[in-house]
Amino acid sequence: MTVDLHAITMPKWGLAMDEGMVVDWHVEEGARLGIGDEVVDIETTKITNALESPAGGILCRRLVAKGETVPVGALLGVIAAGAAEAAEIAAGTAEIDAFIARFEAAFAVAAAEAATETASAPEIVEAAGWRLNYQRAGGNAGESAGSSTTAPIVLVHGFGGDLNTWLFNQPDLAETHAVYALDLPGHGRSGKDVGAGDLAALSGALGAFLDALGIGRAHLVGHSLGGAVALELALGRPEAVASLTLIASAGLGPEINGAYIDGFIAAGRRKEMKAVLQMLFADPQAVGRDMVEEVLRYKRLDGVEAALRGIAGAVFPGGRQGTVLAERLSELAQPVQVIRGREDRILPPAQTEGLPANVAVTMIENAGHMPQMEAAAEVNRLIRKIAG
Amino acid sequence: MSKKSYRQAINEALAQEMRRDPTVIVMGEDNSGGMGAPGEDDAWGGVLGVTKGLMPEFGRERVLDTPITESAFIGAAAGAAATGLRPVAELMFVDFMGVCFDQIYNQAGKFRYMFGGNAVTPLVIRTMYGAGFRAASQHSQCLYPIFTHVPGLKVVIPSSPYEAKGLMIQSIRDDDPVIFFEHKVMYDDEEEVPDEPYTIPFGEANLTREGGDVTVVAIGRMVGFANQVADQLDKDGIGCTVIDPRTTSPLDTDSILESVEETGRLVVVDEASPRCNMATDISALVSQEAFGALKAPIRMVTPPHTPVPFAPELEDLYIPGPDKIEAAVREVVGYGA
Repeated sequence: MTVDLHAITMPKWGLAMDEGMVVDWHVEEGARLGIGDEVVDIETTKITNALESPAGGILCRRLVAKGETVPVGALLGVIAAGAAEAAEIAAGTAEIDAFIARFEAAFAVAAAEAATETASAPEIVEAAGWRLNYQRAGGNAGESAGSSTTAPIVLVHGFGGDLNTWLFNQPDLAETHAVYALDLPGHGRSGKDVGAGDLAALSGALGAFLDALGIGRAHLVGHSLGGAVALELALGRPEAVASLTLIASAGLGPEINGAYIDGFIAAGRRKEMKAVLQMLFADPQAVGRDMVEEVLRYKRLDGVEAALRGIAGAVFPGGRQGTVLAERLSELAQPVQVIRGREDRILPPAQTEGLPANVAVTMIENAGHMPQMEAAAEVNRLIRKIAG
Repeated sequence: MSKKSYRQAINEALAQEMRRDPTVIVMGEDNSGGMGAPGEDDAWGGVLGVTKGLMPEFGRERVLDTPITESAFIGAAAGAAATGLRPVAELMFVDFMGVCFDQIYNQAGKFRYMFGGNAVTPLVIRTMYGAGFRAASQHSQCLYPIFTHVPGLKVVIPSSPYEAKGLMIQSIRDDDPVIFFEHKVMYDDEEEVPDEPYTIPFGEANLTREGGDVTVVAIGRMVGFANQVADQLDKDGIGCTVIDPRTTSPLDTDSILESVEETGRLVVVDEASPRCNMATDISALVSQEAFGALKAPIRMVTPPHTPVPFAPELEDLYIPGPDKIEAAVREVVGYGA
């Protein structure tokens, strides 16, 4: 008998992650898994998240115990794809052992190689007066964006975020697409001048970014404020947008949790910042020390507070969303989808009701305002589905 | 963002603030160096090169080489601060405070109070401290507890390059006299430091590690040692929260007390002489405010009460290094067991 074996490995969530801890397994050895089922909770210093099964089959080995910390890429477990019966697993014990031995040997070699490799570093592009930081992953590194046959995916983060918002998405999507994640004006490592700070200014910067990199047409994925920015661009320059994915997006209704926006701008201390960031997640425990520290480090930069106040004042005046574009979604000819978390405490999930018929809506249970982190595998599947 | 040394981080902070604000000046012994010797301008940048490169960019009007008279130039800096400039004066080694202390504790530190709030004193005194440099007992002391003792002074002790840049910019922008302590053996330590200016607020401790068993409060260079120990003990199942107060005046007492309420155990690591230092101060705070939470006696990890020895073997023994910190943590965790 031959069983088709798949490795479950310690994921790499973001450039800074080099190891992770197994918090707990969701399933016992011998359990049957579908693709995307949650297998094991992984904790990094930044965030705790569930790792989803890369294959359907039977979990035949759990190799790392609860509480153990292992490097990125290390073997956590083995799945026997399609194995019908536990008996077949038992019969394949020698094969599984050989699979593990081969993996461990190859991993030692790969780890040695990785030590000399450098990850693709973020770059700065000057675009129509905007100074924008971005990171590219996937695609053919040698070819320019414009010459690619398939449109790349461009990821646009939300208010106060940066390109690290996509740490669970960009590496995965890069297996099939060229994927760009940028820092909006006033955010991350981009320039802190936000101009008027309104949707027109920000979508203008996004358009300038595409032009500067020679991206004629992109699959736009926007989160929260970034959703409204992407939507504004799609309405103004439909030819530049191949498809639109709006995740927990602004711009679809007037309500917004003003306490979050005010709190994010005002919080200067670790404890205050942590409490504010916990509003983003269905499970507040997801927020780790490094996430809080990263946000504080960003907020300490000269010009950031003014940038955030400028954007908040222009886009969310008086604790409401100044621009609601929901009805204009029907003008879009390209595929459009909306992804929301049922537990979103920043933008009410009810804003997905009554959207035009051309919009595909996915409501994710047990996710808050950050479905791209909280249900990364499902969100990645949905993005890949629309981006072809 | 790029890797920068502790020295480069401080230099960049000074340069960026001098560009931003024309009232910021730098002064001290050989802060550029080569005064009066043609072709030797910018020869030194201070004794360990922290201010190198500032004089060519900002000129002798704003980068002043001073005579070796701390009482004169620290006093001049205090006066300049009270009358509209933002001087950053270098007191080369903190061990030399004795010759200029009146200007600091009885003048600069009291201007705001004595003039009924009508004067501000935006003065920064940069100074080197600490053992391990083979510089003997007159160039190796910590002495920050003495400044912490004086109302009206703010005391900043950065533990890494990132911390040094943000805290230096905050120090320059602050309207009160700030004593900024630079550990001389850390100048070549490197880490990622943003290129942009940024500030780290005073009185906000940094939790550099989080764990549930022991709170380790460490000052300055000791933070790195405490982190090493925390990482090591984590593998043995002992969780340490490491707290870097960043500033000893103001002191973030809330973060320390909250952590001890959770862990029930406290180790304080302080490179200063053991009597009346930050370790005794923080131990007293916790004894008074969180006695009920303590599961074990507090341990203080400090040097012995002696001058810093010159013999390298003795100097190494003197410093409260990782081995002593680990032993103290294991002792409080094992207490009563």
